[in-house]
Amino acid sequence: MSESVSGPESTQDGAPEGASEQAGSGSGAPSRRAVLGWGGAGLALGAAAAGGTAIALNSGPDMVSAAAAGAAVPFHGEHQAGIASAVQDRLHFAAFDVKTKDRGELVQLLKDWTEAARLMTAGQPVGEGGFGGLPEAPPDDTGEALGLKASRLTLTIGFGPGLFAKGRFGLEGKRPGALIDLELFPGDNLDPARSGGDLCVQACADDPQVAVHAIRQLARIGFGKTAVRWSQLGFGKTSSTTPDEQTPRNMMGFKDGTRNISGTDKAALDKHVWVGAGDGSDWLTGGSYLVARRIRMNIETWDRTSLGEQEDIFGRDKGEGAPVGKSKERDEPFLKAMKPEAHVRLAHPDTNDGATILRRGYSFTDGTDGLGRLDAGLFFLAYQRDVRTGFVPIQRKLAKSDVLNEYIQHVGSAVFAVPPGVRDKDDWWGRTLFA
Amino acid sequence: MRPVRLSVVTAAAVVAALTAVTGCSEKSDASGDGVIKVAASDSACEVSAKEFPAGKVTIEVENKGSKVTELYVLFPDDRIVTERENIGPGTKATITAELKAGDYEVACKPGMKGDGIRQQVKATGGGTVEKRSPEADAAVAAYRKYVQLQADETIPKAQVFADAVKAGDVEAAKKAYALSRIGWERTEPVAESFGDIDPKVDVREDGLEPNQEWTGWHKLEKSLFEGNKIDDADKKLADTLMADLAVWQKKVGQAEITPTSMANGAKELLDEVATGKVTGEEERYSHTDLVDFKANVEGAEKAYELLKPVTSKTDPALTAELDKQFAALNNLLEKYRPNKAAYEFTSYDKVGEAERKELSDGVNALAEPLSKLAAAVAK
Repeated sequence: MSESVSGPESTQDGAPEGASEQAGSGSGAPSRRAVLGWGGAGLALGAAAAGGTAIALNSGPDMVSAAAAGAAVPFHGEHQAGIASAVQDRLHFAAFDVKTKDRGELVQLLKDWTEAARLMTAGQPVGEGGFGGLPEAPPDDTGEALGLKASRLTLTIGFGPGLFAKGRFGLEGKRPGALIDLELFPGDNLDPARSGGDLCVQACADDPQVAVHAIRQLARIGFGKTAVRWSQLGFGKTSSTTPDEQTPRNMMGFKDGTRNISGTDKAALDKHVWVGAGDGSDWLTGGSYLVARRIRMNIETWDRTSLGEQEDIFGRDKGEGAPVGKSKERDEPFLKAMKPEAHVRLAHPDTNDGATILRRGYSFTDGTDGLGRLDAGLFFLAYQRDVRTGFVPIQRKLAKSDVLNEYIQHVGSAVFAVPPGVRDKDDWWGRTLFA
Repeated sequence: MRPVRLSVVTAAAVVAALTAVTGCSEKSDASGDGVIKVAASDSACEVSAKEFPAGKVTIEVENKGSKVTELYVLFPDDRIVTERENIGPGTKATITAELKAGDYEVACKPGMKGDGIRQQVKATGGGTVEKRSPEADAAVAAYRKYVQLQADETIPKAQVFADAVKAGDVEAAKKAYALSRIGWERTEPVAESFGDIDPKVDVREDGLEPNQEWTGWHKLEKSLFEGNKIDDADKKLADTLMADLAVWQKKVGQAEITPTSMANGAKELLDEVATGKVTGEEERYSHTDLVDFKANVEGAEKAYELLKPVTSKTDPALTAELDKQFAALNNLLEKYRPNKAAYEFTSYDKVGEAERKELSDGVNALAEPLSKLAAAVAK
């Protein structure tokens, strides 16, 4: 379980090829190629030049200043924003059931959602705004994000397996082979009320109010056509797509994301994240697959675990994040120095025939459970080119042997096909699937 | 079950309120001798002047028929401006009212039944009166009638309930409980507009203010369904409930109802469902939430159907959506109604979490477009 939890390092540690290109380069200005690696590169550059509102493309301090300025992340592009783009501080993720049986109505909803997303990611209210309209009617926009900046809001949509069910929307022939129904892994304790969904929307922003607002508007627009099945708030990103930033820590106090795929590493993204033209589902080219898992941590027992054992479990030290036997966080791990069932060792691509995923998870704390225990953990989000060669082999390995399993439990699970980006103002989420 | 409508006191209050609104600026006398004469019989209602200056108007009515009659002055939407009841055969009565410029109807009700025999009249003079469309006035008039009918029909059903309580018959009272509430639940936003009645008849234990005595349906619900017994205090409360409902029945005709308040009332009924019924909070002891749920939806649908002649012109897409969502929610509710002829629904404690979620989704699907109805009416 947990590659997710510690996942970052794990999956990418010693990442074979993709990571190597960027792994060494470490710091400094991104190459032109790296810049192009960002979703919607051309558009991003254009926007930056035009208005100065688009996000800065540098990593490091510039990224921070972009966030502080509440910059807007371009919505249009080859790939959807919110995958390879820099991870924001906050998350509101929602999975929806589609209630309508009418394909045309579903298509219209996706167009309406796209339009709303286009506005909100630019920092604008939905429809006619939050006030000033007819006094007899509720405003189009609920208004809690008025006056707030775009806060790097990204909205990313995904389509669940149920959407492709036979006799539903005529999509059964378009279900990608890689969009599998996940098997039940050993130790899973999945709550149906926190699992699955026909659609998902991942809202990431630096301001939680902006992220919550976005999901709330989409849910409202969807009433009658869709219903929220479950949702999750997240904070404290647990992995980063910007390796030059300080690596964030998960709720267990360990650095998470040391060797995640960089958002600027086009080669690694093409190899491990983006669905390619020959992958078998043309409508999904430029898209990806998302696995979402709610991983509850047994916080109290973890906190009573000795430092030595904690570090053995992960295979890294707690302060620096260095792999066993090494001194620096980014030193190449020597897997055989780790305990055989250490989390990082088991999750490492070398242990899993090179299986590599892009993690974008967040910590969550939903208050306490009825027993007074912190209801906290990791909301694991992983993007990959094929679930069968990405998440599944890694999770099989972890579920079987990971010593971390004593402290975590997977309680929610969902998988989605994530379509390519919305190209321009006439395009809409899912056009390649439905058109 | 004809209610006794307005008492003299409340009629005076209406006049006073009207005066306050108009500012009483038009001080003209009525035509001729300043008096409008109405000749009422069993089959006619003749008004001496169809047009008269706005302001303080005196109406003299003479009952030349053989039945006891009533006289009403009504707004075009059927709201009562003033009225006098119990005018016996061969007797006369005088009514005064402050009438702002605009259209009115004078109605005689021989036998004190039905809509009465009506005449159009007009008060003329300075000041412009906001003119509503005939469709909108018709919608309000019909809704007012509906609301009155619900109140009128509730009284005997509530009496069955109250009588069972007073007789100490727990089983009979349980059976009569939910049915006694249907008319109220269908028209709750109107009932709630009389701020003093709702807290007396429909408050739940957690809604009580400090030092407020708990009265009404839900106190009896708790005794019956949780305590499974009736004590002397409950028996007294049954009478209190009937007295409070009688006040509601009397006041309904005076309710301030407008096309937009109807539309918003419909939405509020769905809000009631969303916050109280779907959660099972409303009927936490009897678990008859789905009966209330159905009644709320019916009341909302009635208001909507009556407004449709207006909104189908201003926003046809919205009415199409609402037709669809009302049908969907009603279909969903029917799943929980084994006998389609009766208002008996599955006990809500037998409705599982997934089914409650489905009901909640259905309510959201209807309530969201319904929240746009008032704007469509106001267009």
